[in-house]
Amino acid sequence: MAKLRYAEALNQALCEEMERDPAVWLLGEDIGVYGGVFKVTRDLMERFGEERVRDTPISEQALTAMTVSAAMTGTRPVLEIMYADFLPLTVDALANQASIYNYIWAGQVELPFVLRTQGGGGAGAGAQHSKSLDAFVAHIPGLKVVAPASPADAKGLLKAAIRDPHPVIFLEHKLLYNMRGEVPDGEHVAEIGRAAVLREGRDVSVFATSRMVHEALKAAEALSAEGIEAEIVDLRTLRPLDLSAIVASVEKTNHAVVVNEGWTFCGYGAELSATIMDHAFDALDAPVERVGTLDMPIPYSEPLEMAVLPDAGRIAQACRRAVA
Amino acid sequence: MRNAPSVDDQLEMFRKMVVVRHMEETLGELHKAGKTRGPIHRCDGQEAVGVGATAMLADTDYITSTHRGHAHYIGKGLDPYRVVAEILGRETGYCEGRAGHMIVADAAKGMIGGNAIVGAGIPAATGMACSIRLTGRDAVAMCLFGDGAAQTGICHESMNIASLWKLPVIFLLEHNQYGLTVHSSRQSSVEDLSVRAEGYGMPGVLIDGNDAVAVYGAVAEAVARAKRGEGPTLIEAKTYRFDGFSTSDMGGYQPDGEIAEWRARDPIPRLRAALEGHIGEERLSAVEAEAHKEVDDAFAQALADPLPGFAGHPASRPYSEVS
Ligand SMILES: Cc1ncc(C[n+]2csc(CCOP(=O)(O)OP(=O)(O)O)c2C)c(N)n1
Repeated sequence: MAKLRYAEALNQALCEEMERDPAVWLLGEDIGVYGGVFKVTRDLMERFGEERVRDTPISEQALTAMTVSAAMTGTRPVLEIMYADFLPLTVDALANQASIYNYIWAGQVELPFVLRTQGGGGAGAGAQHSKSLDAFVAHIPGLKVVAPASPADAKGLLKAAIRDPHPVIFLEHKLLYNMRGEVPDGEHVAEIGRAAVLREGRDVSVFATSRMVHEALKAAEALSAEGIEAEIVDLRTLRPLDLSAIVASVEKTNHAVVVNEGWTFCGYGAELSATIMDHAFDALDAPVERVGTLDMPIPYSEPLEMAVLPDAGRIAQACRRAVA
Repeated sequence: MRNAPSVDDQLEMFRKMVVVRHMEETLGELHKAGKTRGPIHRCDGQEAVGVGATAMLADTDYITSTHRGHAHYIGKGLDPYRVVAEILGRETGYCEGRAGHMIVADAAKGMIGGNAIVGAGIPAATGMACSIRLTGRDAVAMCLFGDGAAQTGICHESMNIASLWKLPVIFLLEHNQYGLTVHSSRQSSVEDLSVRAEGYGMPGVLIDGNDAVAVYGAVAEAVARAKRGEGPTLIEAKTYRFDGFSTSDMGGYQPDGEIAEWRARDPIPRLRAALEGHIGEERLSAVEAEAHKEVDDAFAQALADPLPGFAGHPASRPYSEVS
């Protein structure tokens, strides 16, 4: 096992999958010669050639639609959309094309493609480069949505996503690319749709995604000093959801807090919260608490941005309210 | 590959055009009788484009189509009975009644598929051409799209990429003059859309879309060019739809006499007249009668077929691995 950065783990997954399967190819803006603005595709063009690692024009709508049809016709494309903020440009290809064909064509085609993108705030990138639009894509039936929080999951889930016969939206986080962690060498394929309990606790379950998993872990440390033991569950996959893991944890702690970096109104946390109430209402001793980004554009200046984004402090507060 | 269709090729195009015309007319009657659901977009008058452009393609070539795709379906070799069954929402339709008339697909025939989002077939065919290239297949992808679709941003993005990457794709613009009800002159800054090809560095070809032989010739040349690795071609076929935009069309937006003027240029009698000298009236009439019977039988059978039950379909459940 090597200690790798999250970006390097993704690079390793892409490299290994391209080596394993000649049908895998990559396309996206600045991913080739330059190796991607977050360096996830570094050296891959040199290694696999310009046909399989394609620098593209700035044409998100066409590229996403092309990815969908290229997946239906015998290849496994991996598209990089530079920022999640640009997902609105891809929505036709996802909502009206990719997500419907398998069903409405009665199984005549498979759609094995991955759309990789990165989102999230905290880097001072402003209102058009900092959003978490997880709910946008998770809303659409027919898509899988994956959000790794660690380098090991980055590799394992990306390999799984590339091998999946369905479209997978793969959400990375800009503040995680430099995070280091142990990553298993070679064939390390994680299972899409399985959550992971990262810290056991008896008092409150915190269900978190992507970078918020780390904020939740920090919150758990602080709460522990106060005598509150929070169980931290990394959902890893936003859709399909690991319902049995969620229910098992709520049955153990009888309190739930949901944390997602997206906006709260009509957000992913709202879905999680409703799901918990649908499936584990009898186990709850208090209403589900929701933590997310404040419902407003994400500002630029540091104190403003930090005030808007969810963090360990707000997660801890929500846990205290839940168990009070 | 010949650029000019043989007499046999022309007779087959003629037969398919008659099939499509009779399908459209029958659908019009069924709509009036309240036996269809939703809007149906007939292509009467445009058969020479759809049938002529697909006549030289193999099952291994892909096409993407539009909301007005019946001539494309039949041209690409789909079975009229299963097309009609899909339009009537039957279990025996190509997509088991899930797609309806605008989004039909038959993957085995390379027809994936119709598309009710205007313009969306253009990048789709471009992506298929990427697959053809990456897997080293001897095939092409073609998108058939309207003059309305030509105004979408995605059309520009796709043509730029296709030409930049020299992809084996053919852009076949079916210029029937109208978007939904708005004339092309109110939608486009140029009259002939084929001139746009120059801006993408690809050939732009303007043809009479009511002449099936001309359509065949232009497309055959574009196919050969694409297969030689020289990249895409934009072919603009001028044509006209005789009937309304869809079964919901109230009309009133065409100038007086325009429909009659175009009816006089009906592509079916035109091909028939050209063929008469070669094969004689009797054989042509027999082909027509057979085509009509095939369509009538298809409708009779489809109308008697069962509607689908709502049941799970394992291949369509992306989340099935998780309880
Ligand atoms: C993106 C999108 N915008 C609008 C519509 C509604 N609409 C359906 S067909 C059509 C006109 C399309 O014109 P054209 O591409 O020339 O095709 P034609 O109907 O003439 O065959 C419109 C506006 C749609 N289906 N999709």
